[in-house]
Order: sequence, then structure tokens, then C-alpha cells
Amino acid sequence: MTVGFLMLVHGSLERASEVAVYWARAGCPVMIHVDARVPDDDVERFSNRLRQHPNIQFSARRDCHWGTWSIVGATLDGARRLLQLHPEVRHVFLTCGTSLPLRPVVELQSLLDANPDTDFVESVTTRDVSWTKGGLDHERFTLSFPFAWKGQRRAFDLWVKLQRRMGRRRRIPEGIEPHLGSQWWCLTRETLERIMSDPAGQSYARYFRRVWIPDESYFQTVVRLYARRLESRSLTLAKFDFQGKPHVFYDDHLDLLRGSDCFVARKIWPRASALYDHFLNASAGTGRRPDPAAIDRRFAKALEKRTRGRGGLYMQSRFPYPDWENGKSAAPYSVFEGFAALFEDWSDWLARLGTIRVHGHLYAPERADFADGQTEFAGALSDIASLRDYNPVAFLTNLVWSTRGERQCFSFGPSDNQEITTFVASDPNAHVSVISGAWLVPLWQSGLPPEEARQRAAELQATEALHLDILRRSATKARVRTWTLSEFLDAPGEVLRTVQGDLAPRPAPGLVPAPRMVDLSGFPDFLQELRNRGMLPHIAGDLGVMPQSGAPKPAAPRIAR
Amino acid sequence: MSVFTSYRLRLRRKRFRLRALRRSRDLRPVADRTDRIASDDILLFATVRNEHVRLPYFLEYYRDLGVGHFLFVDNASDDGTRDYLAGVSDVSLWTARESYKRSRFGADWMNWLLRRYGHGHWTIAVDADEFLVYPFCDTRPLQALTDWLDASSIRSLGAMLVDMYPRGRIDQAPYRPGQNPLEITKWFDPGNYTISRNPEYGNLWIQGGPRARVFFADEPARAPALNKIPLVRWNRRFTYVSSTHSLLPRGLNRVYDEWGGEKMSGCLLHAKFLDHFIDKSREEVERRQHFGNSYEYRAYLDRIDAHPDLWCRWSERYEGWRQLERLGLMSTGNWA
Repeated sequence: MTVGFLMLVHGSLERASEVAVYWARAGCPVMIHVDARVPDDDVERFSNRLRQHPNIQFSARRDCHWGTWSIVGATLDGARRLLQLHPEVRHVFLTCGTSLPLRPVVELQSLLDANPDTDFVESVTTRDVSWTKGGLDHERFTLSFPFAWKGQRRAFDLWVKLQRRMGRRRRIPEGIEPHLGSQWWCLTRETLERIMSDPAGQSYARYFRRVWIPDESYFQTVVRLYARRLESRSLTLAKFDFQGKPHVFYDDHLDLLRGSDCFVARKIWPRASALYDHFLNASAGTGRRPDPAAIDRRFAKALEKRTRGRGGLYMQSRFPYPDWENGKSAAPYSVFEGFAALFEDWSDWLARLGTIRVHGHLYAPERADFADGQTEFAGALSDIASLRDYNPVAFLTNLVWSTRGERQCFSFGPSDNQEITTFVASDPNAHVSVISGAWLVPLWQSGLPPEEARQRAAELQATEALHLDILRRSATKARVRTWTLSEFLDAPGEVLRTVQGDLAPRPAPGLVPAPRMVDLSGFPDFLQELRNRGMLPHIAGDLGVMPQSGAPKPAAPRIAR
Repeated sequence: MSVFTSYRLRLRRKRFRLRALRRSRDLRPVADRTDRIASDDILLFATVRNEHVRLPYFLEYYRDLGVGHFLFVDNASDDGTRDYLAGVSDVSLWTARESYKRSRFGADWMNWLLRRYGHGHWTIAVDADEFLVYPFCDTRPLQALTDWLDASSIRSLGAMLVDMYPRGRIDQAPYRPGQNPLEITKWFDPGNYTISRNPEYGNLWIQGGPRARVFFADEPARAPALNKIPLVRWNRRFTYVSSTHSLLPRGLNRVYDEWGGEKMSGCLLHAKFLDHFIDKSREEVERRQHFGNSYEYRAYLDRIDAHPDLWCRWSERYEGWRQLERLGLMSTGNWA
């Protein structure tokens, strides 16, 4: 008893003949169906080459159109002829011209010998499959499909629409429940003969003639009626992408295929010579059970990349509409507003909290103040303001993308380019901590003449107010924490602890010295001067109770690490 | 897209096709071997001027990838380019003495040759200093890529320009004919590119890299466009609009995904900054035959003396396509 191969061929005849010869040499009968649409000259050459092998035969050629009954028809013809001509065939293995055996036939043979009554065919109910494409899962069985999807697309679509509108539903014949599965099965002689000889089978065949893609459902359904033992898996490794198109294997998949221990794989790129050379000359397999997990993982990753992509990446072939980014930026980052103005050694302190890169004001009007005063930074971003301001959001997303794995922190304030505000507010990766009105401190330190300082303060206050308005909108996705300057001065230690908890949630034991606050003596006088000139610095909170000049400055907070 | 816009673009496409027909009179065949083109050959189209030194490696590179035939327009070279190309057996050569500028920087000539010989073929349109890399290009020939694109019903592939440069002065290492220019120009900018949509043609407009960083820092809006669509399953109705940055019909420009996923893309490694770059810039400024009266080349000359080194600490040394994919400059999409 042996296994016979039924090959459906519609192209790459050269490779198909190599594989047919491989099987014939191993002592297996091969029945080949060549699509009638293949040019006659090519078929002539193909069959001449194979004629010398007594156990290779050809079945009558039919026009095969994808998704139609014609493929099932050709399969039935071929199987019938194969069983008639070769009484020694116990299993028929359905395969195609771009399939490649990965293991010697003896190993397949011994599997089948151990399971002489088993049909190997993937057969799953429509409810349980996730891989049907195009929204036509159950409808393949309840609508009719007289038109080819390839070639008669307009008629196909129109007819589907029309049937849906009319509410047409075909009746599924009594006694069967639609199942789907891979087209590439291996069935026993008994099962095939019963499928072909059962009188009721005629009505099933009539029904399936108008089902869409019956090659994935006809055998998979009716086999349930006749099989003695059914193992619902395909012996052919075939992977499909998100459009339902088969993945193709190339030379660089050699190790992957070798490690899969599958019996047959499709589809192989016809020019993948290394694959054909290797597997058609391989002497012995491993005898292990097929395990295509590594291949599954590889293709699942490809699917993920094509459909979801890498979050936070904007590039030539991924430029999502707003809110379709799967991540506005690539990683969490922190924006600190006002802190650098209030602590003398803010950056150093922050940098000590973990793997953190601490920049100055990246959006300062003069230049991007990168960490350590660098003129370029990750990704070869330039510190030149005009370049950054040409696309400030891209500057940020580029920075975060190029530094994945290292938390970025930067200072921001109302003197800086405000164009990123909306983006930052919409980005869940943004952690924004604001001490509003803190910019008053450097303004005071700058020693500007009072009238100029008043004007400048009014401008900055208006800018920061607008900025805060955007951050406080209900649509904001960023994690925003705001304190007014007065709230901060009431409890600086608490603010620092909050910040620290954000960046280093599990602090090491022990105490780190808190950052040194700037000396604020004289600052209340400055605020009073602003008020006297008619400007109310409301954004800083109620600073009426601030210690007057000469009073002791707030105690330096200590932070538990 | 409104019916009106659609009609307007249709007229524009026809106008470009007419221009190509008119400018085709500029072209004189020097070596016409197009009868050797097989029906499934991948064809490469390029306009060259004084590129003799670069061509041996260029031809070898694309031949190895799987290009079947080369179609060149020689724009009045005087360095032997013409004789060299005329003697190569898989090259067909035309010469154009007329103005590069008036042929829309060669686009009209390219459009004509593409229409005449490219129909039904996969076609590559590049310059002599552009080297296409695509996913798995080290193990899979171009035919594997184009077969896959065919099976996926994809008609065009995007490949952005990545400007390559040496470390140190540009004129420091002399380039020898036949040498891989990437041995000298090993470095590139990994992540400083900006992108916006061009609503007119639906393509992305990409700028950045070392040219924006060094030569166009004051006026980044004028920095050269880096988006390119060099690989197209050509149809005689198609036309390149400006250089190879965009095409009509607009659907060909949709080489990017807008719903979060990544389409497959490649890169064009741009080995422009070789030792003869400075002389070439000087010549181009004098000819005033490039876009905006060769504004780009004037910018190079203005800055090259002050800032002869394009390299910076964050420059990345080229290792291969997987590195470009990891950095997010190109993508394998769902090819695995």
C-alpha cells in the first residue's frame, strides 16, 4: 500500500516536474492536472519530460478559476483516475505545483502506515475560523457565486450586493454542516470513493457548485459524513497573509523550513534554487512531529507590522492619520515646566534618578538645549532652532523614536516654541509636570527694567495660560500635573516626591539630597513691583503670604530615595 | 477627491505625456538594443551627465540585483560617458544635446522612454548615484520582490533617498572607477527626517538628513525632497510628475499606510558626496540647469568651505538593509 500524489499545476512547470519526478522516483504514483489556461506548447514540453516515468499520469485538463468549483472538479477527476489506475494507493495526497516536500517520502509513508484509516484534512466549522477574508464567511454558504472573483469582479460584487438586498438565502442541504479548512488534504481511498459514489453526494456537489471558494469547503464539509477517523490538520504547511494571499518561501527560509519538520510546504518561489536543491536531495529527516511554530511566529510578526506597525514611528511607508498611530510617540517622556527655574541643580538631580536623559529647554528660541550642551543629538537631530521649528512635532517624535530605552526629559516654558502643546496634550506617553508662574523667577533674576519686566510678564502669563488651557481639556491624554508657584512653595518636598515617584517608582533605600532651591530673597519685592505697575501674576497662585525679603527661605526639602 | 480635481489631474497627466512626446524629439539613439529586452525583464532608466567614473559599479550593482536591460539618456557628457555606455551589451543609449532644464530636469525624456519601452515591465528610474536597497535584498533578487508585488497587486514601491557621506572632508578620499562608493560614503543620518502630505498628488514630502542639517539649516523649507518612488510596474498611461518624487495617476503615490500599519518600502542610498562633488557643484552652478537655477548647488558651494565635514557624533555607519529597517527608515511590511 502506498500514497499517491495528486498535483494541481498552473504555472512554474519546470519546478512542478522536478517535484513530480522526486515523488515518482520514491515509488509513488503521481497524477497531474494542468490548468487548461497554460499554453499548449509549455504543457507539451512538460509532459514530454515526464513521459519516461511510468507512474506519472495526467488527468483531463480543465479551465481553473480561483474561487470556483472548477478546482474541485479537477481534483475529483484526478483523484478518480489515480484510484482507478493504481489499486495500491491507500492515501491520496493533494498538492500543487509550487509545493515542496521537506521530508523524505518514507517518513510520510510511515505516518500513513501507522494511521491507515485516518483522513488528514483541516476541517473547522465556520463559527470557529478567524482566517476568512473579505467579510464573506458564512455568506459563502448562503449566497450563490456564479461569477469568478478574479476576472469578473464587477459582476461578482454586483451579484453579492443584489442578493444581500433581496435578502436571499440559499438553503444548506439537509445533513451537512459547513466546514472550512486548508485546500491541501490527504484522504484515504475509502473516504474518497464514498464521497464520489454516494448518491446523496450528487446533491451536495450541486450545492457546492455555487459556493464561494469550494476548494476550501467541499471536501472539508463532506468528509465529516464519510471519514472513519479524521485528524483535523493539514500535512501541508501553507501560511496566508492578511489579504488571504499565500506567503512565499525563499532561499533564506531554508533553516526555518528545515526546523519545521513539516512534510510538504507551499508556496515556494520557483527561483528559490537553494530550497529545491536542498530538499529534493535531502537524504533523511528527523522523524520528529511537524512543528511550524517558528514559521508561525515569523509570519505573525509580519502581519503585526503590516497592520499595526511600530507605534510612534513616522516614515515613508507609515504615516498614519491622527489617532491611528497606535502610539503618538514611541516611548514615555517627561516635560518639566518651571522646575529648572526653581532649582540650581535640577538637571543633575533628575539625572540621578535612573536611566534618564535630561535636556534643557529643547524648544528655546535660540537653540535646542540638548543634554551636555551637545550640538547634535540622537538621530543626528540638530540644535539649530530654524531646523527644529520647521516641524517641531517631528523633532519630538524623532527624538523619542531614536532614544527608545532611555527616558527623555526636557524643560519647557512660555518662552519656548509653543507649537508642540497640542501634540503633547494628546500623547499618552507625555508626562507633564508644571509649576505655573515659575518663569517669574528667572524674569526677576534677569534684572530687566521694571516696565519691560512687566510687559514681558504679561506676555508670558498669557502664553502659559493658553498652554495650560490646552493641557486641561477633557480630550487630553497626557499625564498632567500642575502646581502653581505658590502651591509649590508651600510644600516643595511633596512636589519633588511626586515627580520622583513618576520617574523612579521603586526608589532605592536611603536618602538623596534634594536639589538646591534658588535663593528667593528679594523675589516678593519684585512681585509687588509688578502689581504696583498694574500686572497681576495670577498664574503663580496666591503669593500674598510670601515671606518678605530678609525672611528665612523655605527649608530645603529632603527626599527619601 | 472631487470630480473636478480628478479631471484637472487627468488633464495634467495628459499634458505631461504630450510634453514627453514633444521632448522626445531631443533624443537621438546612439545604441538601440531594445530588441534584446525580454518580456519579463526588469528595466532601468536613467539620465546621466558626466558620470563615466561612476557607471561601471552602477551597472554591476543593478545587474547583480536582477535588472535585465538599461536605458540611458546621455545629456551632453564630455567625459567619455557616451562611448562607454554605447559599448555595453545590455545598455540602450540615447543622447540629448538639448536643455536638461527644458526637459523638466530629464523627467520628460524619462517619461518618453518609459512610455515607449517600459509598458508592462517593472521599471526602475534612478540617478547614477542612487543605489536601491529593499527588504531581503541580500538574499532575494529583484524578481522575488516584483513577483511578490505582483501577487499583492501593488504597482509601485517607495524608496526614500538616504544621503550617504564620508567621515572627514568630502574630497579627502579619491573614488576609483568600479569601486563601491559606499566604501567611502559609509555614514548617514538615522533619524532627523520630517514628513508632510502633499494634498495635490497624495504623496508624502520628506526632507531632512545631512543636506538639511548642514546646507539648508537657515531655510529648511528649501531642503531637497527625499521621497522617491523608483520602482513601478509601468503602464503607458503613467507619468512621473517631478523627478521621481511623484507620479500620476495619484494612486501610484500611495506607497504609505494611513491606518497605523507599515507598507513595504526600500531606500535609495545616495552616494552623492564623493570627491568630485565640489567640482560638479561648481559646474552645475555655472550651467544653471537644475531646479531653481541650481539653488541647491549654490547652497552646497556656499557652505562646503565653512563646513566640509557632514559627519557628526550621531551619524550612523551603514551595515545593511536590516539596520535601515530597524531604524525605521524602511519597512519589510508583511513580506517575511
